[in-house]
Amino acid sequence: MEITVSVNGKPERRDVEPRLLLCYFLRDVLGLTGTHVGCETSLCGACTVLVDGKAVKSCTRLAVQCDGQEVTTIEGLARNGELHPMQAAFREHHGLQCGFCTPGMILAAVDLVDSGEARDETAVRHGLEGNLCRCTGYQNIVTAVLEAAGSSS
Amino acid sequence: MIPTSFDYVAPESLDEAVALLQKHGDDAKVLTGGQSLIPLLRLRLARPGVVVDLRKLSDLGRIESAGEALEIGAAATHAEVMNSAAALEKCPLLSETAGEIGDVQVRNTGTIGGSLVHADPAADWPAAMLALGATMVLSGPQGERAVAAEDFFVGLLESAAQPGEILTGIRVTVPRQPAARAYRKLAQSASGFALAGAAVQLALDGDTIAEARIGITGVAEHAYRPREVEAALTGGALDASSVETACASAAEGVEVLEDIHAGAAYRGHLASVLTKRAVLAAIERAHGHAS
Repeated sequence: MEITVSVNGKPERRDVEPRLLLCYFLRDVLGLTGTHVGCETSLCGACTVLVDGKAVKSCTRLAVQCDGQEVTTIEGLARNGELHPMQAAFREHHGLQCGFCTPGMILAAVDLVDSGEARDETAVRHGLEGNLCRCTGYQNIVTAVLEAAGSSS
Repeated sequence: MIPTSFDYVAPESLDEAVALLQKHGDDAKVLTGGQSLIPLLRLRLARPGVVVDLRKLSDLGRIESAGEALEIGAAATHAEVMNSAAALEKCPLLSETAGEIGDVQVRNTGTIGGSLVHADPAADWPAAMLALGATMVLSGPQGERAVAAEDFFVGLLESAAQPGEILTGIRVTVPRQPAARAYRKLAQSASGFALAGAAVQLALDGDTIAEARIGITGVAEHAYRPREVEAALTGGALDASSVETACASAAEGVEVLEDIHAGAAYRGHLASVLTKRAVLAAIERAHGHAS
């Protein structure tokens, strides 16, 4: 069926099978491979994107459910070649090692800050429960999110 | 895995949705947030011919105060319930339970109605529904019918919703005051589902418990009310030792589930411990507010 999804501000009109998952719509149909697919069982959070501004796991959402909605992927965060404050904070504080979880982690963190939930360390750790990282031990991620929360408030 | 092929329809009205379900019977599945259905589709444990998405029925997402009751649309997400000012004011057990579900992404997407109809034995909502004495409102070809929470959870992954029926809303009566409430669970760390969980809604009367309603999830094929515990707590004192004694029978008379995460004896023990913790937390919180 035909759907129109605004992806990173650009309307994308495509004819897709109803069973196509959002993560594969982004990766295979649109070529936006910044959205990583990890566990595929909605546990790891690597595939997190923003749908109408809210963090969701794109492996557990059909592309057709997003008809008429706005999707933001990691590719849509930087503006005019300048990193989003969350991306900059991750770079500054070394909030990543292998980078696999990073796009999902950053988008989940953006939602957390935007919804005013990144109040303190406990809240940030709780808020990132749905995103797993096997490298960093989370410490630098939490530091980065707290800094980004401070700089954008 | 990739789901098997299906047709997808997003009806514009509830009548249209009910008609679609009637037409397709068992071959149709209702979709709201998809946090239970999509994993099932991916594992091919569900192979519907038609998926009926309720996303265009915006009325189903409403949360409204109606006198002494709260009406929660079945398609309200867990996050919407968690952040609802009406829920927090009139029935904070709802907000507390919503906040314990999955993670941020799951709460942003999954819906209260979807979870209830899916009737996962370890889901969080059923415990709260039982503790609150909530009523489920179902729409079908014969019109609307109301089912009490106690009659709604009937088996493993089985609710009282019949094929062709759609859960449209949940009605919760504002608890008797002064009230105390808490939800305590021990989550399986990978999935966040409850190995055992207890939702408690109390009415207090000075230094005694005037009324106790409890819902226990994760322990049996479906969530249940531990009647013996409720009876033992009612009229009883608020101290830890009285509460602990009353909660000892939380898994009595129940066939306790067993899996790789927890044996039956451990789960049964958790039921008592978490019920006790929930009751004590509820009391402590109520007294904290009073002072």
